[in-house]
Amino acid sequence: MQWLRKHLLTIRELSVDEITAALDTAASFKEVSSRQIKKVPALRGKTVVNLFLEPSTRTRVSFELAAKRLSADVINISAPASSITKGETLKDTAKNIEALNADFIILRHSAPGSPKFLADRLNASIINAGDGSHEHPTQALLDVFTIREKLGRIDGLNVMILGDILFSRVARSNIWALTKLGANVTLVGPSTLVPREFEEMGVRISYKLDEELEKADVINLLRIQHERQRKAFFPSIGEYTSVFGLTLKRFQRTKPGVLIMHPGPINRGVEIANEVADGARSVVLEQVTNGLAMRMAVLYLTNNAQVGTRPGATPPEVLPMKEDEPS
Amino acid sequence: MKDIILRGGRVIDPATHTDEVRDIFIHGGRISSVEEVKVDAAQVIEAKGLVVAPGLIDIHVHLREPGQTSKETIETGSKAAARGGFTSIVCMPNTSPPIDNAGAVEFIKARVRDEAVVNIYPTGGITVGLEGEEMTQMGSLKRAGVVALTDDGRCVQNNEVMRRAIEYAKMFELPIMDHCQDYDLAGTGVVNEGVWSMKLGLSGWPAIAEEMIVARNCLLAEKIGWKIHCQHVSTAGSVRLLREARKRGIPIFGEVCPHHIALTDAAIQDFDTNTKINPPLRSEKDVAALLEGIADGTLSILASDHAPHCDYEKEVEFDDAPFGIIGLETELGLFLTLLVHKKIITLPDLISRYTTNPAQLLALPKGTLSAKAEADITIIDPDREWTVNKEESASKSRNTPFHGWKLKGKAVVTIVGGKVVFDDRA
Repeated sequence: MQWLRKHLLTIRELSVDEITAALDTAASFKEVSSRQIKKVPALRGKTVVNLFLEPSTRTRVSFELAAKRLSADVINISAPASSITKGETLKDTAKNIEALNADFIILRHSAPGSPKFLADRLNASIINAGDGSHEHPTQALLDVFTIREKLGRIDGLNVMILGDILFSRVARSNIWALTKLGANVTLVGPSTLVPREFEEMGVRISYKLDEELEKADVINLLRIQHERQRKAFFPSIGEYTSVFGLTLKRFQRTKPGVLIMHPGPINRGVEIANEVADGARSVVLEQVTNGLAMRMAVLYLTNNAQVGTRPGATPPEVLPMKEDEPS
Repeated sequence: MKDIILRGGRVIDPATHTDEVRDIFIHGGRISSVEEVKVDAAQVIEAKGLVVAPGLIDIHVHLREPGQTSKETIETGSKAAARGGFTSIVCMPNTSPPIDNAGAVEFIKARVRDEAVVNIYPTGGITVGLEGEEMTQMGSLKRAGVVALTDDGRCVQNNEVMRRAIEYAKMFELPIMDHCQDYDLAGTGVVNEGVWSMKLGLSGWPAIAEEMIVARNCLLAEKIGWKIHCQHVSTAGSVRLLREARKRGIPIFGEVCPHHIALTDAAIQDFDTNTKINPPLRSEKDVAALLEGIADGTLSILASDHAPHCDYEKEVEFDDAPFGIIGLETELGLFLTLLVHKKIITLPDLISRYTTNPAQLLALPKGTLSAKAEADITIIDPDREWTVNKEESASKSRNTPFHGWKLKGKAVVTIVGGKVVFDDRA
């Protein structure tokens, strides 16, 4: 296994071996979740702080449960309750958390680069749970894990990422992960939200969804919003749906074995038709299940790097809890 | 005041087309002759192998006083200028409160008299509060001693307001210096819109947001027939617009800051807030165009946009950090390294962009070594190799991306009005 990183900040900086290590480790942890007793002692005695300075439910819950399944102590700090709103800087807030001997800080923040900012200044392991429009590494890892589990490989697959790419951290992390693993990535969406500069990341760009439907092995849809920040980028949700929505009619033109993915939360009837979201090709809920396994894997791997365990000598510690151990 | 003899240096004075090895005599704080100087009693500065130039002028400096003195003061900023080889600097009015009235100018002048070690020329706002709406009392500002008008840091968005302000400023012969930024197009941008903003998910500040205002300024300068100086030009499109306009004889000018040719937007990839600058670091294509614009004279002025910020202000999330870096002590070294040693322009040409060109733009009685001129002199060692160490800076701030850079060439002696204010001879 090739994982020496104490932090998980971006997919951009990961090697193929590291991504593969995360996928393989997650496979072991997925098995744990199917056991009668779903808990293992890997992080017993460790403290994990979920520092969520931007609203999130599913990612926070997923990290919280992952840490608990690994027997860590978990504290949740969210924006309204934190000192950030009282004018304390991120650095001071984080230093205070570290003074409580936190071993992990899971950071969700609206500012790109903020996880690196903490990693440069703290001893704790920093896990990026989404930094603005920059990256969302665990989401990309769980997406890739889901594709590999369902289709058996990544290399050579045609993966379409459809929607608001410009403001999407999920898109960026997915682009890095998929291109590193050899997938052919096509970005599709309005020209204002899919600028040509993305081609530099090794992807294709298309503004004609109807010409791309038959080629895709995977369609990963992104949530579309039309609030203040997006007003200048496209005229209306209705027009978006008519041009870029994955309607039932469009879905019927896709490959029979296509995977329909969405990081959630879904806007039914907007970027995706109700029937497609709940259809046989949708793996949306499996993504959630896999997300838990992937976050356990990431905590486990970064914890090993933190304690300085030698690589190659650490099969995933997924031994069941002993009867007499406190949980 | 002791007489000074600068012995055996290569004297480069673009104003008098001088480039020769000779002695310079200083008597009574002015450039003088051998006859007037008491040779035996004079201080002799050996300048053999060094370049003796008119005192350099930086027309784009933020001194932060009044109101932001934890970042910089007139005293510390002027000391940083002296260390960088600058005998005259022009300070920007975006202080707190801003320099938009004669009283504020009087305050600056009083502080300069008490604290400064170099000449400091104030500028005043184009609009009240630098808010882009009502023009300032330019007549009073002129009488109080401003050398130009600028809303620097801000940009007048309303073209009618800008037009009338320039027409009115022309009456007082006050040049306009403009920070070119269309607010709607720049939006919430914090870095250049390009490959790196895409990769990092940072909000893009597109080149066209600068070019739109540069184009406006070309049109206004032509229509009104008055001098507009575009500050910190950063894009290829701006260079092209300025080149075409200047070719047609329009009184439009442009300056370049060292960071815009020393770095590209690739420098932002580690989210170092000392690479967050306004306008932002641009692409390689833009850097190449700036170098061409410098080489062909389109960009006729060099300046720092010295913008001090406290460590704790910069040590925050990239989105939240203030724009700007300090520059007074590194600009000459960077430009000598990147322009003269790389043969983009000659040393005399570089000196003219720091002396005669800015002095002409702002009608400053500076920038020459001709007889009877105030003895403002910069002695340069163009070949001295040195390493930037931000801890040695005289500025109150340390926000520079150039810490640890190895440069070739620096100022070694700075003389203001016949007084040595900085001496770093080996």
